[in-house]
Amino acid sequence: MAMIEIRDVSKWYGSFQVLTDCTTSVEKGEVIVVCGPSGSGKSTLIKAVNALEPVQKGEIFVDGVRVNDPKTNLPKLRARVGMVFQHFELFPHLTVRQNLSLAQALVLGRPQQEADERGLKYLDRVGLIDQKDKFPGQLSGGQQQRVAIARALSMDPICMLFDEPTSALDPEMINEVLEVMQKLATEGMTMMVVTHEMGFANRVANRVIFMDAGHIVEDASKAEFFGKPRSERAQQFLAKILHH
Amino acid sequence: MFGQFDFGVITRNLPYLIKVGMAFTIELTILVIVLGIVFGTLLAMMRLSSIKVLSAFATAYINLMRSVPLVLVIFWFYFLVPYIGAWIIRSPTPVRVGAFLSSVITYSMFEAAYYAEIMRAGIQSIPRGQVWAGYALGLNYWQTMARIVLPQAFRNMVPILLTQTIVMFQDTSLVYVLSITDFLGAASKIAERDGRYVEMYIFAAVVYFVICVVISFLVRRLQRRIAIIR
Repeated sequence: MAMIEIRDVSKWYGSFQVLTDCTTSVEKGEVIVVCGPSGSGKSTLIKAVNALEPVQKGEIFVDGVRVNDPKTNLPKLRARVGMVFQHFELFPHLTVRQNLSLAQALVLGRPQQEADERGLKYLDRVGLIDQKDKFPGQLSGGQQQRVAIARALSMDPICMLFDEPTSALDPEMINEVLEVMQKLATEGMTMMVVTHEMGFANRVANRVIFMDAGHIVEDASKAEFFGKPRSERAQQFLAKILHH
Repeated sequence: MFGQFDFGVITRNLPYLIKVGMAFTIELTILVIVLGIVFGTLLAMMRLSSIKVLSAFATAYINLMRSVPLVLVIFWFYFLVPYIGAWIIRSPTPVRVGAFLSSVITYSMFEAAYYAEIMRAGIQSIPRGQVWAGYALGLNYWQTMARIVLPQAFRNMVPILLTQTIVMFQDTSLVYVLSITDFLGAASKIAERDGRYVEMYIFAAVVYFVICVVISFLVRRLQRRIAIIR
């Protein structure tokens, strides 16, 4: 079974359907990019993978564990799935060091010192070791997002979910985050990335999923997607996003 | 103008005013701050819960407490708690609760309703993404509340918690209806005994004023110290 399996997933907000029969999968070591116009359901889909958004129909598996099963121990599962958010979501009342170690100590039961060392190791990897005693509010957006990535990595995740990680960043900060993500991909991390960064998709992705109005319209290899997408909707989207 | 007044009545009775009166007022206030905020926070979490029974109970409790006068609640508890206690432990005679314990329970239950509404606003002021981030890292509901949501909610709400606490501190003087001697009660007794009403009530007013100003000052300092750097 694939690392992430999404089968026939549908979701409604009241009578409004946000996801319609979405089916896809992410193999171990694979990087897939999910793109599409805003409101197409891509953020909802990625949040369904670790059950931050419940779904009403279909099945989602992560590493063989069914996510939308009431019997699943969700905290235990989520601890193994790293997630990076559009607005970073560092904890503003904690220092960078505390942000990195909190869940390791609380959820994985690592001794504080081990959690600290591990967190700082990843902080060093994203190039921010000097910032360890600062508060998130003292960092730039790009720095905050790199800390958020380090925070997710220090839990030793089996896969990583990125929900528009660069959408809230100033243009000059986008690259520093993308570089960290690209490095992670080359190290073999399984990644599902919602993004509009088509350059990143072109360099890093194995597959691209295009969503529109809650449907997965296109699920193609990178070459196929950028060469000639099958659906007209994806062609229009690509034309707009690549030639502006 | 103050010629016929005898402010010596204050210094002569200071030990009684402080050791009996003020000690009670401060003890009650501190206990009620702690218990009121703890119960209030639990009530706020219940009110925001997706479990219907919990939120309905919390909503009903908060609305009830906030729509009756404090004095009425004080009477209720003072006269009812002994019988409720007796009913719970199946005792044939009413349980002796004592005026102090009774007032601690009453004020905590009453203030909890107000603190609950403040903490509810505080919890709701925390962006949903913070909760998501906690869950995504594997924290459960209680861990997410205790380590991420409540510390931020509390910081955001310090000014309003302070206002409520000052109101409550002044309202502790209502314990006179249970013939408990708090600070104001002690001042009244001296005033009546020595016929020095004006002196004692001026003194009481000044003391309440000074304490409230000092508390506000200390809380503002605390607030600066724990402020979230943005």
